[in-house]
Amino acid sequence: MSVGQGVESAVEAGGFDEAPLRDLLETYQDQRGALIPLLQGTQAAYGYLPAEAMESIARALREPLSQVFGVATFYAQFRLVPRARNVVRVCHGTACHVSGAPLVSLEIERNLGIGDGENTEDMMFTIENVACLGACGMAPVMMINERTYGKLSPDSAVKAVKEFRAKEEAGNGSGDTSAVPEVEDADGEEA
Amino acid sequence: MKKDTRSLLVCQGSMCISGKSRAIQEALEKKVAGTQMDGDVEVKLIGCHGFCQQGPLVIVEPEATCYTGVTVEDVDDIVQSDLRDGQVVERLLFHDPETGSPIASYHDIPFYGAQTKLLLRHCGLINPEDIDDYLGVGGYEALGSVLERPDGREVLAELKASQLRGRGGGGFPAWRKWEACLDADGDEKFVVCNADEGDPGAFMDRSILEGDPHAVLEGMSIAGFTVGARKGYIYVRAEYPLAVERLRVAIDQARRRGYLGSDILGSGFSFDVEVFLGAGAFVCGESTALTLSIEGKRGLPKAAPRPRTTEVGLFDKPTLLNNVKTFAFVPLILAQGGEWFARIGTEGSKGTATFALSGHVVNCGLIEVPMGITLRKIIYEIGGGVPEGKAFKAVQTGGPSGGCLPESFLDTPVDYDSLLQAGSMMGSGGMVVMNEDTCMVDVARYFLQFTERESCGQCVHCRLGTKQMLTILEEITRGEGKPGDVEFLVQIGEAVNAGSLCGLGQSAANPVLTTIRYFLDEYEAHIVEGRCPARSCKALISFQILPDKCIGCMLCAKACPVDAIAGERKSVHVIDQGKCIRCGMCEEACPSRYSAVERTSGSLAEGGEEA
Ligand SMILES: Cc1cc2nc3c(=O)[nH]c(=O)nc-3n(C[C@H](O)[C@H](O)[C@H](O)COP(=O)(O)O)c2cc1C
Ligand code: FES
Repeated sequence: MSVGQGVESAVEAGGFDEAPLRDLLETYQDQRGALIPLLQGTQAAYGYLPAEAMESIARALREPLSQVFGVATFYAQFRLVPRARNVVRVCHGTACHVSGAPLVSLEIERNLGIGDGENTEDMMFTIENVACLGACGMAPVMMINERTYGKLSPDSAVKAVKEFRAKEEAGNGSGDTSAVPEVEDADGEEA
Repeated sequence: MKKDTRSLLVCQGSMCISGKSRAIQEALEKKVAGTQMDGDVEVKLIGCHGFCQQGPLVIVEPEATCYTGVTVEDVDDIVQSDLRDGQVVERLLFHDPETGSPIASYHDIPFYGAQTKLLLRHCGLINPEDIDDYLGVGGYEALGSVLERPDGREVLAELKASQLRGRGGGGFPAWRKWEACLDADGDEKFVVCNADEGDPGAFMDRSILEGDPHAVLEGMSIAGFTVGARKGYIYVRAEYPLAVERLRVAIDQARRRGYLGSDILGSGFSFDVEVFLGAGAFVCGESTALTLSIEGKRGLPKAAPRPRTTEVGLFDKPTLLNNVKTFAFVPLILAQGGEWFARIGTEGSKGTATFALSGHVVNCGLIEVPMGITLRKIIYEIGGGVPEGKAFKAVQTGGPSGGCLPESFLDTPVDYDSLLQAGSMMGSGGMVVMNEDTCMVDVARYFLQFTERESCGQCVHCRLGTKQMLTILEEITRGEGKPGDVEFLVQIGEAVNAGSLCGLGQSAANPVLTTIRYFLDEYEAHIVEGRCPARSCKALISFQILPDKCIGCMLCAKACPVDAIAGERKSVHVIDQGKCIRCGMCEEACPSRYSAVERTSGSLAEGGEEA
């Protein structure tokens, strides 16, 4: 959860494009319990919750901004700062935890030089620690965007991240375009 | 399923999808279309078949042939050999781990043998994205006959006879809630389905939503008719995109066929369902927090004494809130009769229980068993025991609210009351098996870290109590435990359980209290001897290279992230204990035929130097 970031930290330089938000407000404004779907829609449109958007939402719903901000920081899903282009989600569900997820996490964090919830400087990766990806049989598990990697060792996890970066840098971000998530059974056998 | 046709069922539960089962389905479709069998063979997607460990799965019905670990490359063989020539593809069958002989039908695989599939009866049989498949197995018939009656009293009578208890964890008798909501005064009422499933290590509700979404919708509609509600909400975790998608498809199809919406089946009864995406807060699984969340507020559970949700719930209206599985049971109970249902299970817990079996067990997967089965039978017969010849240490049920039970409890029957008595709980269905290498103090720390983070912060006991317990547990796992810590943990734990405002805090200490109760020696080893018996807590272990086993291949030295390993090629390597951060990468890197890296309990570092 991004507690501790003030609304100000979300203010982006440059203009704020109102259009997507306006559409959302039109759809939800008169609904009971509109706030959370509105915030979800805003995040889907902008990638995070810009301060301007939260202010507009508060005005439109005639709620104090503190209420909107309170909800946005209560739920883990919402982010007040933009995320990098790719998200590495490392599972810390129970099965993954007892199968070595902490080490996997440590190595990925060390390799990327960032911690949970942070972005790499080049905005290539965000790391997110999550609870149970529902693939416990392949524990420990991580996902890079939509793609699942199972039976990880710290080594194979880092290798997968590096390979993803290489592919991404080489061309059009092929790792991300496939609609079909696939599994990399990275057993970590080294030559 | 049409008669005389053979079906190729391609499992598309989440785990099989991670194994490219969508591509397998496409390849099968293409292959079949290119043969003369087209028309006699249908290829269809199914929800989780359960045997996730062996996925991706392709099932051939009616023979019930179960192909495991299928890849796109195997598609030719399956179509040509099995479908065309009638020759089962032996290499893709499950092989009995003991005898090594192949088993063709899943009915004969021990994993399936000890199960009783009621709730999951359609998962892995019907296409969840096609309402006709659901109708083909008698779907919506229960709703149809309910709507012909004057009111929901008969439904209540059946529910009462079935003695169905809520599957969300607490086990509250379903009929009582339904009756209370029916009797509550109000012009407007709601039905809410709890699909928040926040327990880390659980995926039963998700599998049902993904595999048999119409059963949930049908159960909710029946509930709506019974209590007098016209609107339902399904509160689903946003982390379950596939479940959300399949639900939306199902709702859309049900509306178009007249099973949802206004004037359902010409009965005059109207009911519609909306999907609400949870935004990632575990506490929102609690009923009052959940309804507040739908209202667009922070999910802060309401303090007792408070009116029941059945009287003052969503938008302050009478609300019937049940778990996914509770609703999904309803059509079956009405079809087969409440008394039939009550014949399955134990005295106090009727029917079956579903579990997401995972952790250190040979067969991970989604299972359904009759209430009263023993833990041993689940873990050893269905689960196939603990892999790699390791010893069993504990089984965890109930997630962050539950507990860890040791070997001596393996013959405990699985039902609400027995598990509670043992200090754990049924929970919503996560079951994680742990082997001898798992440190129970660390497991307690892990769950406390979870609850501490997820505590909503309203009440002092939960907010500060979980934090204080976590701090102590962290100290113990770091080797900084003090005499008296265990007693203090028990004291805080009992206070947190007794004084917290909602179920989250009231059960938060369970993982700590049960591990202390059953694994006290591990706590003592950490605190008194500075040792982690499971050799898992980093501060309390050391790695060393056994000179007689090391062949000097340099792999460990290359893997070491802090360059703590010295040694030339072909000469024995040595770990500098002062530099070593005990990450275990060297152990991982050392090829198993040498196994030259030894993990020992206790510190080898001279002067106890910390990196
Ligand atoms: C912290 C907390 C989390 C919960 N999470 C869930 C959940 O994810 N799913 C669920 O069905 N019930 C959950 N419950 C239980 C619900 O409060 C409620 O008892 C249940 O949904 C009622 O349905 P049932 O009667 O069908 O069991 C949770 C309770 C607490 C206190
Ligand atoms: S615990 Fe990691 S996928 Fe379930």
